[in-house]
Amino acid sequence: MNMANKNDKSRRRFLQKLGIAGASTVAGSALLLQGCSDSNQASGNKVKVLTADNKLVEVDVAHLKPGDKIQDLSYLQKRGREGIPGKKFVMVVDLAKCKNARKCMKACQSAHQLKPEMHHLNVLEMEDPVKKTSYWMPKTCQHCDNPPCVSVCPVDATFKRQDGIVLIDNERCIGCRFCVAACPYSARTFNWTEPKNSDKMADVTYDMELNVPQKKGTVTKCAFSADQLRYGKLPYCVSACPNGVYYFGDQNEDLVTNGTTKKTVRLSHLLEENAAYTLMPELGTKPSVYYLPPRESEG
Amino acid sequence: MNETIAKEHLSEEQIDQDLLKNVNWGGKFKLWMGFLTVSLIICLYYYYQQLQNGLGVTGLHDYVSWGIYISNFVFFVATSLIGMLVSSVLGMMKVDWVRPVSRIAELVAVAFAMVAGLIIITDMGRPDRLLNVFIHGRVQSPIVWDIAVVVTYVAISALLLYIPMLPDIALCRDKLNNVPKWQQKMYQRLSLGWNNTAKQFRLMNRYTRMLLILIIPIALSIHTVTSWLFAMTLRSGWDSPIFGPYFVSGAFVAGCAAVIIAMYFFRSNYKLKDYITSDHFDRMGKLLVLVALVYVYFNINEIIVPGYKANTADAKHVHEMLYGHDSVMFWLVQLGGLVIPFLLILFRPMRKPLPLTIIAVIILAGAWFKRVLIVVPTQLAPYYPIQNVPEAWSGYSPTTPEIAITIASFILVLMIITVLAKLFPVVPIWEVKEEMNHNNNK
Repeated sequence: MNMANKNDKSRRRFLQKLGIAGASTVAGSALLLQGCSDSNQASGNKVKVLTADNKLVEVDVAHLKPGDKIQDLSYLQKRGREGIPGKKFVMVVDLAKCKNARKCMKACQSAHQLKPEMHHLNVLEMEDPVKKTSYWMPKTCQHCDNPPCVSVCPVDATFKRQDGIVLIDNERCIGCRFCVAACPYSARTFNWTEPKNSDKMADVTYDMELNVPQKKGTVTKCAFSADQLRYGKLPYCVSACPNGVYYFGDQNEDLVTNGTTKKTVRLSHLLEENAAYTLMPELGTKPSVYYLPPRESEG
Repeated sequence: MNETIAKEHLSEEQIDQDLLKNVNWGGKFKLWMGFLTVSLIICLYYYYQQLQNGLGVTGLHDYVSWGIYISNFVFFVATSLIGMLVSSVLGMMKVDWVRPVSRIAELVAVAFAMVAGLIIITDMGRPDRLLNVFIHGRVQSPIVWDIAVVVTYVAISALLLYIPMLPDIALCRDKLNNVPKWQQKMYQRLSLGWNNTAKQFRLMNRYTRMLLILIIPIALSIHTVTSWLFAMTLRSGWDSPIFGPYFVSGAFVAGCAAVIIAMYFFRSNYKLKDYITSDHFDRMGKLLVLVALVYVYFNINEIIVPGYKANTADAKHVHEMLYGHDSVMFWLVQLGGLVIPFLLILFRPMRKPLPLTIIAVIILAGAWFKRVLIVVPTQLAPYYPIQNVPEAWSGYSPTTPEIAITIASFILVLMIITVLAKLFPVVPIWEVKEEMNHNNNK
């Protein structure tokens, strides 16, 4: 409990520091608006747009251009640290449905620019010691509510956001790999050499919600596709799955959506009816990823 | 009557002459330093490679992400702890025989502790961001505690080497007229106007005593915190509440062995047989037996308690050690590097300078591999299987650059000790004289 409080405090302190960065964000949003009014020919077709500082403005469709803000590192850093207010993201993995299609792994690796041996998401073949059978288990970061990786990080490079997501800031990571050692789920991976496509990615502004571009000498990990969630989309792995393994949603709303069928169900019912469990609950890490047990009737 | 002091027949002039003799820049020194420098440059080339290409030049991977760099770091911190045991604990208990070797113990402590800090940097993926630890440091991370205590320990150890050396520095200033100008100037500065007044001795003794007391908790905490880097995680094999004392007791074994080796080297190279006597070796041997026994006791606890239980992850880890994947190294280290050597030292002839030094070398090597056994196997047995990664990731073998960079750390230690031992007398001259006068007046 105490540790969690300290976590909170230091996060708050950090956010205060970011208040300075906030000023630059305002400047950034001015840039966005400026970008909108640059062009002269109006189409007469107007839309309402919400700015980052929560102002509703009306702009001509012809004037809509992607803002420079999205390329502004300090804006992306601030946004990445803060998270999405009011949300608590959870994932449910239905092991009975997993057929090892590995579409999730592919989608993940391509979105996050990972080399083939690097896994934010790894589909493992697990032995069932009682039935002497095996089953497939996709393993992501568990986005623990009590994350050991965050406690041990010496520089606050990895942190837990208000929406429950554990992220890493590879602009700050010193590459000590204490988090790799501390994670009981082996969920983290390291850029031991120059990352994939590093020349092509050289000019891309770093977005910690996607953790791209990857940087040599820093840790990388599953981000629950925080960049997608920001736009109300499902994570890359969840929407790539052909077998309906993944549900994803918001615990506060008690709703999760299946990535394949797009059906939304009540989280609490899903967990109760299927005897859901979390990985190694005895460690006290409080994961945000739930598993529905594998069944004998393979669907 | 103290057997270690065989100096009744020596005059003060003779002592000055004997003990100041090593302070010179002879041909032998230049040859040795030249050899060390060339070796260091070769090793640094590999570090340059690592900086260019990333930690991928090592044998490390996502499963064994801490390898021999971290093991070596633990070993260095461990070895440096001996300064505290010899000069502080024994010194304050008025154990007189340690006085002539206490400076050697401090030299070992300072050198190993200084280089330990550098080793940590070689393990970093982004050494260019080292300052982030100070800019964004978070108190809850054991790494931050470790950096804080290691820096403090280096500082206090250096002071503990320096302050009791003041009378000897003054002696160098007064007696050594044929050394280079800069060196004379250095003695002038460092001696802080020392002229052997009673008041100065009183002050020096008071400050030394303060430091001796202060260094005990700090030394204990550097190695305890180092053990916590592992013990604070949830990994089986690391997640152990006795890791602190287990590491500290092991540290004394490694440190004693290192001091014995250094003693032997100085004794034969600087012709100090009258000052570092075979009785010193005998007593250091006994001390080594004592600390080794304590360490064996902790090893038994660390292995039998989890090993007794049926099927926990910790038990699996212990079984891998006892008769599984790591068993060869385990038994070599435990029997060959700890139990057999300390049983041998129980016999008096084995505590003679040469046999004891050979045994100390074996113990020190065993202590190094023991750290690898603590760090690596745990990571090879994660809770979830190692799959969908290259075959090599289910094991770990260090690469040439990794080994070279590790060797570089040893070269640096040797360089630091060599230079310090050439600038200052390695046996405290004033303490030897004081003790001799004390014995003569009895």
